[in-house]
Amino acid sequence: MAKRSVLGLYTEEDSAADALDNLREAGFEEGEYEILTGVPYPEGTFGEAEPEHKLYRWPLIGAICGFTIALLITAGTELAYPLITGGKPILSIPAMAIIMYEGSMLGAILFTIIGIIFESRLPRIFMGAYSEKITEGHIGVTVTTDETRTDAAETALNKAGIDGEIIRGWE
Amino acid sequence: MQEHEQLSHKQINEDLLKDVLTVPKWWLPAVAFLGLVVVTGLCAFFYMVYHGLGVTGLNRPVMWGFFIANFVFWIGISHAGIMISAILRLTQAEWRRPITRAAEVMTVFSLIAALHTPLMHVGRPWRVLYWIFPYDFSRGIWPNVRSPFVWDPSAVGTYLIASSLFVFICLIPDLAILRDRAKKPIVKKIYAQLALGFLGTPRQWKLQIIAGILLSALVLPVFVSVHSIVSWDFAVLIGVEGWHSTIFAPYFIIGAIHSGVSAVAMLMALSVWLYGLDKYIKPDHFDAIARLLIIVATTWFFFFFLEWVYALYTLDSPDIALRELQALQWPYGPLFAIFVITSFVIPVPLWLFKRVRRSAVLMFWTTILVNIGMWLERFLIVIPGLVRRTHMTFDWGTYHPSIIEILIVVETFAFVCLGMLLFAKVLPLIPLFDIKEGMVNRRLIKVGRRVVPATIREGLPHHYYEKKH
Repeated sequence: MAKRSVLGLYTEEDSAADALDNLREAGFEEGEYEILTGVPYPEGTFGEAEPEHKLYRWPLIGAICGFTIALLITAGTELAYPLITGGKPILSIPAMAIIMYEGSMLGAILFTIIGIIFESRLPRIFMGAYSEKITEGHIGVTVTTDETRTDAAETALNKAGIDGEIIRGWE
Repeated sequence: MQEHEQLSHKQINEDLLKDVLTVPKWWLPAVAFLGLVVVTGLCAFFYMVYHGLGVTGLNRPVMWGFFIANFVFWIGISHAGIMISAILRLTQAEWRRPITRAAEVMTVFSLIAALHTPLMHVGRPWRVLYWIFPYDFSRGIWPNVRSPFVWDPSAVGTYLIASSLFVFICLIPDLAILRDRAKKPIVKKIYAQLALGFLGTPRQWKLQIIAGILLSALVLPVFVSVHSIVSWDFAVLIGVEGWHSTIFAPYFIIGAIHSGVSAVAMLMALSVWLYGLDKYIKPDHFDAIARLLIIVATTWFFFFFLEWVYALYTLDSPDIALRELQALQWPYGPLFAIFVITSFVIPVPLWLFKRVRRSAVLMFWTTILVNIGMWLERFLIVIPGLVRRTHMTFDWGTYHPSIIEILIVVETFAFVCLGMLLFAKVLPLIPLFDIKEGMVNRRLIKVGRRVVPATIREGLPHHYYEKKH
C-alpha cells in the first residue's frame, strides 16, 4: 500500500514534544514519525529515541583496507624493480611506513565519509512532506504511514498546537 | 565569552546568505582583477614551459628557489585551516563556530596553490605522472618509494582529499538551507542535488556532529604527517649538511601552525570588512585567536631558537657557515632581520595588549606581518642552504628570482583569494547550522547579580544528563 506523509510545523520545542507524545498515544510507533529541525538540538529534546549507528566501525575497516593496499603497492613496487641502494635491504621499512601510514589514513577517512552518508540514510530521493520553514527555525513533525491512518496522524499533530496547515506529501 | 546577541534562524539565514544569493558591488571587479593576475601567472608558466627552466633564476647549485619556498609556505597555511577547525571542534570551543568553515576552505585552496608550485618547478608538469605514478607496465619502470618525492604526493594528496571531503560533509546542512532559499529553479536543483536530500532528522544531526569530531580526529594525524614529510624533503637530502636536522619536522609543523592561524585571523578580519559579518565575528573571537597565536608564536620561536642552538652548539663547520650566511651576509642578513622582527618581535608583544587583540584592523596588520615573516623564513631555509659552497661543489653562485618566478608566485596568492571569493559566492563562509546550534544551546542564566550566557555542551547523548542528575 502506498505510504503518505503528513507534516506539522511548530514554533516551540514543547509543542513539538507534545506532538510526539500525542502520536505515541494514538498508536504510532518509532520509525513512523520523525522530528525535522534546521538545527541540531541536544538529544532527547523532544523525547525522541536516541538514534543508533555503527559509524565507528567504518574508519577501522577503511584503515585496514588502506594499509593493505599501501603495503601491496610499496612492497610490490620494490620487489618488482629490485634496486639495491647502498647495500640496504630491498624492502625499506621506514620509507614504506610513510606511505602505509598515509594509505591507512586515506582509507579511514574515505570509509568514514561513506559511513556518514550511509548511516545518515543519504542520499534521500523522496523527501515526503517537507516545508522550507524548517530551515527558518520551525520544528517539523512528520508522520509517514498508510493512507488509512493519516487522519489519526493529523489529529494528533493538530492537538499539539500546529503553526499553519498540515502539509501532505507522498513517500 | 561575554558578548551575546540572540538572533532568529531567519535573521541568520538572511545575514549569512545575502552575499551568496545576491552579487555584492565589489565582487565582480575583485574577481576580474584576481582573475587577471591568475591568467598573467599562467601565461608566465606557459612561457616557461615553452622556453624551458632557463627563464627562471634556477641554476646550479640553487635548483630550488621561489617555487619550493612558496610550496612550503602554502603547505604551512593549509595546515592551520584544518588544524584550528579540528582542535576547536574536538575541544568543543564555542568561539570556533564562525571560524571553522573559512579555515577549512582556506586549507583546500592553499593546498591546491601549494601543489601548483612543485608541478611548475619540474618544468614539464605532465611528466610528473611518471614520477608520482609511473606504473608503466610495458617498460617495467617503477617508482622509488624510498624517495621523498613519492612520500610528498601521497601525503599532500591524502590531505587534499581528506580536507575537501571534510568541507563537503560539513556543508550538507547549509546546502539544504540554500536549497530551501534559492529562487532560480536551476540553482535550487543544483543545491538540492548537493544536499543529498538532507532533512534535519535527529539521526542526520547526530551523524553530522559526530562527523565533525571523528573527521577532525582523523585529519589531525594527517596534518602532522604532511608537514613532517615536507620537512623530510630537506632533512633527508644528503647534499646539504645544514638541513640534516632532527628538529625539522616539529619545527616545520609549529611554523605552519603559526603562519596558518595568522592567516585565519587575517581571513576573519577580511570577512568582517568585505561581508559585514561583525554580528558573527566579534572582538571576542579576535581576542580568542590572538591568545592562541601568542602560545603558538612563542612555541614556534622556542623551536627556532633550538634549531639555532643545536646548529651552533655542535660547532659543525657546515652548520656554522650556513647560519653565518643566513643571518650575517648580504642579501640574506637583512631578510633574516625582517623575518625575525615581523614574525615574532613586533606581533607577539602587541598581542599582549587587549586593545590590539580585540581590534580587527590591528589583528589584520599584525597577522599580515607574521605571514611576510613566515614566507621569508621558508625562503631563508631553502636558498642559503643551497647557495653555500660545500666540499664537492664545482659550481657556485647566488640566486636571483626571475620575473617569471615572481609572477607565478603572485599567481598562487591571487588563486587562493580568487578561490575564496568564488566559494563565498556560491556557499556560505560561516556555517549557518553551527551558528544556529550555538544560539539554541546558549541560554542566559543568572549568576548572582549578573546575567551570563551558559552553553550546553553539544554531542552528549541525553542518557548522559539522566545519569548525572
